Amino acid sequence: MSSTETQPEDTPIDHRTDLLRQMLRIRRFEERCAELYSASKIRGFLHLYVGEEAVAVGVTHALSEDDALVSTYRDHGHALARGVPMDAVMAEMYGKATGCSRGRGGSMHLFDVRRRFYGGNAIVAGGLPLSVGLALGDVMSGRRRVSACFFGDGAVAEGEFHECLNLAALWQLPVLFCCENNLYAMGTALNQAQAVTDLALRASSYGLTSWPVDGMDVIAVAEAAQRAVEGVRAGAGPCFLELRTYRFRAHSMYDPDRYRDKEEIERWKQRDPIDGLAADLRAHGELTDDELSGIEEGIKKELDQAVAMAETAPVEPVEDLTRFVYAERPR
Amino acid sequence: MRELRYCEAISEAIVQCMAEDPSIFVAGEGVDDPVGTHGTTKEATRLFGRSRVLDLPNSENACAGVAVGAAAQGMRPLVVYTRQDFMFLAMDAVVNLAAKWRYMYGNKGGVPVVTRAVVGRGWGQGATHSQSLHSVFGHFPGLYVATPASPADAKGLLVQALRLDTPTVLVENRGLYQLTGPVPEEAVPIPFGRGRIARHGSDVTVVAASLMVHEAERAADLLAGQGIGVEVIDIRSIRPLDETIVCESVARTGRLVVADTSWARYGFSAEVAAVVAENLPGALRKPVRRLTLPDCPAPVSMPLEQAFHPNAGRIVEACLDLLDGGEVELSAFDDVASGVVGPY
Repeated sequence: MSSTETQPEDTPIDHRTDLLRQMLRIRRFEERCAELYSASKIRGFLHLYVGEEAVAVGVTHALSEDDALVSTYRDHGHALARGVPMDAVMAEMYGKATGCSRGRGGSMHLFDVRRRFYGGNAIVAGGLPLSVGLALGDVMSGRRRVSACFFGDGAVAEGEFHECLNLAALWQLPVLFCCENNLYAMGTALNQAQAVTDLALRASSYGLTSWPVDGMDVIAVAEAAQRAVEGVRAGAGPCFLELRTYRFRAHSMYDPDRYRDKEEIERWKQRDPIDGLAADLRAHGELTDDELSGIEEGIKKELDQAVAMAETAPVEPVEDLTRFVYAERPR
Repeated sequence: MRELRYCEAISEAIVQCMAEDPSIFVAGEGVDDPVGTHGTTKEATRLFGRSRVLDLPNSENACAGVAVGAAAQGMRPLVVYTRQDFMFLAMDAVVNLAAKWRYMYGNKGGVPVVTRAVVGRGWGQGATHSQSLHSVFGHFPGLYVATPASPADAKGLLVQALRLDTPTVLVENRGLYQLTGPVPEEAVPIPFGRGRIARHGSDVTVVAASLMVHEAERAADLLAGQGIGVEVIDIRSIRPLDETIVCESVARTGRLVVADTSWARYGFSAEVAAVVAENLPGALRKPVRRLTLPDCPAPVSMPLEQAFHPNAGRIVEACLDLLDGGEVELSAFDDVASGVVGPY
């Protein structure tokens, strides 16, 4: 994809529709997960990404298969956008042996080394050094790949965030830092946690190219990510995108969400990235109701199948409880 | 066999392993310094340059995670901490990520981050610069933790760590760097989880790790003059732990002393005592004796510091106590590490 700054007419019609489809796919997956959670089919943690889909879809769109991606505990959208099969993700939510982490990691630890998806990470900011290390390994091995890392605004409060930005800039590593600024670290508002809330500015102080992006507009995210990835891949050093977004639902299933104004939530919902793109495509005659129904139907089918497979999939035998702590056959 | 100093054995292991495996790199604060971490990284810097011997800023928290990231895609980082105390800042990546990686992500490979952590005592290094933290790291499934006591083991255990797919913490006592001993010329790995009988004896078993192995051997020498046979077990690695070698020895002697440079509570000495209690409930003729750090941080004051660290004299006393064997003249019985003049 080319940047609209240079070739605004080049964005193909079916490509925008595909971005819409990907966002819808994540939205529907998570809505189903919430239902399954209420039905006690899914246990443990469930951090929903609803409202932030444009970020995962836009950023992963700019990455190639060879690039690496590191995620957070709010990782379903990242994994699905990266191409981790939905049935493997759903099975992991169920804790089944066919899950992408054998049912040992659960919602927060989705993993797929084949797709260079280096894991959900349940420690805030824990993924940042991982992406710096992946990039360091690439540079030391002479490979020209990009390592992208998602993290939230809450990660900015961790020392690791600052150490990692410095290391990546110091060593000029090919890292794309993608800050999903949804304004809240659990229930703590950004301005209650940070003296300086302009996160792109914070990043630039470490010598990184950085800029803020409208994280509710998937086209804007995809274009920004594309531009960033091109620079990083060309050896211009690490880049930092502050993706300004919002989660429509609570931090997790047990969060009563009392720290935000209902009005604020409603205001952001007016900027729903899926509704926005769908309306735009319709207005330009690029999407009919039938086409949208077709997309929804395809997603439902995939989802139904993923749930059905997860329901019937085996769990790991209890005898395997202590297996895979160590490699079973030393090299 | 030719003899090397402990620090030279480590250097040789690094250089040989780096030559055979291009994915290995060394990283740590000051590793490329002309002094080269007690001389252990000097030769690697000379031979492989700063592209494979990376000086790190004081960012232990991030750098530990960076090593995991590099290892996740096939690199083999050898991370060096000039003081293990600084590893508390690295705990998240080591414990929450590296140790759990294989299990938590469904056995899709490991992250072989090898850590060398320097510990030690003396010279008034005080509360935050002289802790031996092997017991802390020994707690976590997914890690290997080794405490090489001899030059040969310093080489062999490091070679093994650099060939496995398991995150490993190697604890090196500063007091051992100048110690000489026979070391194989080739890079021969020594497996984890196999202890070594450093001295044979039939009256009392002393299980020890790292520097305390030497204190135990000196105690054994002295007691041999009294006709007392002390069996000294160098545990070599505390995770995995060689339960067999401990139990077989205690079954013979019926008396157990554990000598360790960490604290008693929930420590290595507690673990060894528990292993014996679980496996040989009737074998002990006397209660277990644990010689560990007193339950306080390390002081700087010289007399307090001297009283703080366990040594050969206290091992002798404990053994005699278990054997109801009177007293031995302990004058001029310096600690093994007392001849160490630094650098610290």
